[in-house]
Amino acid sequence: MVSVVDKKSPIEKDSLCRKGGAVPRIMMGNQVQDRQLDSELRTVIDADAREKLINWQELWRYRDLFYFLIWRDVKTRYAQSVLGIGWAIIQPVFSMVIFTIVFGNLAKVSSDGVPYAIFSYAALVPWTYFSSALSGATNSLVGSSSMITKVYFPRLVLPIAPVFGKLIDFGIAMVILAGFMFYFKIAPTIWALFLPYLVLLMILAASGIGMWLTAMSVQYRDIRYAMNLVITLLMYAAPVVYPASSVPENWRMIYAINPMVGVIEGFRASLLGTTAMPWDFILVGTISAMVFFFSGLIYFRRTEKIFADVV
Amino acid sequence: MSDVAIKVENLSKRYRIGLKEAVNDTFVGAISAVVQHPLKNLRQLHRLSAFSEAGEDSGGILWALKDISFQVEQGEVLGIIGRNGAGKTTLLKILSKITYPTSGRVEMKGRVASLLEIGTGFHPELTGRENIYLNGTLLGMTKREIDRKLDEIIDFSGVEKFIDTPVKRYSSGMRVRLAFSVAAFLEAEILLIDEVLAVGDTGFQKKSLGKMEEAAYQGRTILFVSHSMAAILALCTRGYLLELGRGTYYPTANEAVNKYLTQLAFSENIPLDQRIDREGSGKLKFVSVRVLGEEEESLQQVVTGQKITISLQYDVGGNEPLRNTNFGVIIFGNLGQQLFVSDTEMAGTEIAALPGRGEIKCEIPNCPLSPGDYRILVWAVSNYDLLDRVESATTFSVHEGDFFGTGKLPYLESQGVFIPHHWKGIKNGKRNSSP
Repeated sequence: MVSVVDKKSPIEKDSLCRKGGAVPRIMMGNQVQDRQLDSELRTVIDADAREKLINWQELWRYRDLFYFLIWRDVKTRYAQSVLGIGWAIIQPVFSMVIFTIVFGNLAKVSSDGVPYAIFSYAALVPWTYFSSALSGATNSLVGSSSMITKVYFPRLVLPIAPVFGKLIDFGIAMVILAGFMFYFKIAPTIWALFLPYLVLLMILAASGIGMWLTAMSVQYRDIRYAMNLVITLLMYAAPVVYPASSVPENWRMIYAINPMVGVIEGFRASLLGTTAMPWDFILVGTISAMVFFFSGLIYFRRTEKIFADVV
Repeated sequence: MSDVAIKVENLSKRYRIGLKEAVNDTFVGAISAVVQHPLKNLRQLHRLSAFSEAGEDSGGILWALKDISFQVEQGEVLGIIGRNGAGKTTLLKILSKITYPTSGRVEMKGRVASLLEIGTGFHPELTGRENIYLNGTLLGMTKREIDRKLDEIIDFSGVEKFIDTPVKRYSSGMRVRLAFSVAAFLEAEILLIDEVLAVGDTGFQKKSLGKMEEAAYQGRTILFVSHSMAAILALCTRGYLLELGRGTYYPTANEAVNKYLTQLAFSENIPLDQRIDREGSGKLKFVSVRVLGEEEESLQQVVTGQKITISLQYDVGGNEPLRNTNFGVIIFGNLGQQLFVSDTEMAGTEIAALPGRGEIKCEIPNCPLSPGDYRILVWAVSNYDLLDRVESATTFSVHEGDFFGTGKLPYLESQGVFIPHHWKGIKNGKRNSSP
């Protein structure tokens, strides 16, 4: 086999060099309770067989792993930091302050008739989620390379876990948004009932693009370095600091291919009542998010077989 | 109904290994190489996953496994042996579904648990208890299963006191014990085990051994990879010998071990620098390993008590001199038991910058080995980079000799090593002995 000696800890390196006179100690659980059921289980590995796009049965068996990976992310993200979960609030609020000063006061960007601060914050809540979910997913595989090369589990859980894990930060940021709305005395429109769909669209987009980037980052490390660029680019290609109404009419449908356009404008329209619900943006965004999701899934499933070999 | 638990048919695995780079010796050449780099890198990276049919016999392809077929019946313990690079780990990884075969088919009946490493996925910030859940689910257990066994796992690991302390505060021994305990409670009919599992202090080892014996009666099918022939003989009922990707099945572990040892003896006829069963980056290569006697003469046979010198000759080729290189030697007995372990760092010998070719000598003033056959493994590491590692770089045999200088030979059946020591006779609490 190809042994790639990478930077291992000295201890590991030692055991690498000194392995030899090993006495095996193998032990197993005391009782196999579901034995009858288990012996029905058959594992077939066939180089020529095509696998299902989504193996629901297997994903279901590993649901607890999915849960614990999310939980680990959440628990360790702010470990040993003074502010802890407070960072989930500071990140978007800080961006809001900067944007308000630079774009709202200095550049005098239009904010569709609401104070610029809440105008940008309503966009920053889904945007911060989207960008952190993407970078979390992209780093997930390379960051877990020891898991990939030593244990089998459905690889899909790696990019999907951060997509769901970051929802907690998103929830906290939403609470702050409610606080701002109360402060600025802005009441949500009836379309706020439609928010869950926008959240779903946001998750779909993040998973789809996340799967693409994750699978590519295993083979091409460039993706990790390019991440910051891509995220910055996507942010300016979405109506975070400016309203979508300032985009020329002819270009709007192409603009809406970025699924976050529909999500962000939808957030503003439903919560702040800036414009009428942008159904056209949401429809185009939904279609493109679906395309991203299924193509990402296919690409991921096709490349995951070589993850352990190239990571 | 047949009771075949594992059926492997024509399994092959092909790897793409790093391609050689052209060396530029002109300035213009170097500049244009930098410009072309991204394109070349893209092509190379892409090739890691793509194989063109035309490129079949180009130098960049390695068949880690070629046409492997065997069956393991339920309850059998199959020992897989072979030198480094023979494909043992690749085989285990394919069966564990970590990596995919290039061609062939495997069928396994029952729940499969693979242990190539323990403690995978441990997070230093999480407590011991939390890591049990994380690691357990990663190995395929459900939360309910872990809930049920949690007390047993904690109890077995012997770290109850620290179970709610973050793992980063654990000693490495505690971490290993906790990791091992999780693996110990896996429920499966088929177990795929790499020898990295051999860990822990003696007290813990004993405990684990007891647990293993208890489980051995439960009729599980086990595939066990090891370098230790003693372990293979003790545990395995069948043997499978891998040699550069091709394998042979033996109905008893004994036969496989014997065959392997004969094979090792054969490989000494190949000059060391031409051997390909080695690991490491190759920035340094051992070209010859010899056992020398009093007069610097090469020896195949030595005598217990004799002064011997192990000489390692190496070549760093055109590479720059390597700093902080740590050279190591391990002497193995004929069943794979480690008898002597030393490296220059551990012994406190500083090896500074190295010239292109050189020699390192390890002097043993008083050969403490009992009569028998021995193998020497050599390795060299520089700044955490494994440069070269060759198993059975050379072999030698030891004949009985006068270790203690008393004029008396040890019994022929003596085993193990001799250690300088003194006897004292004490009578009625008063000393009554030689100076």
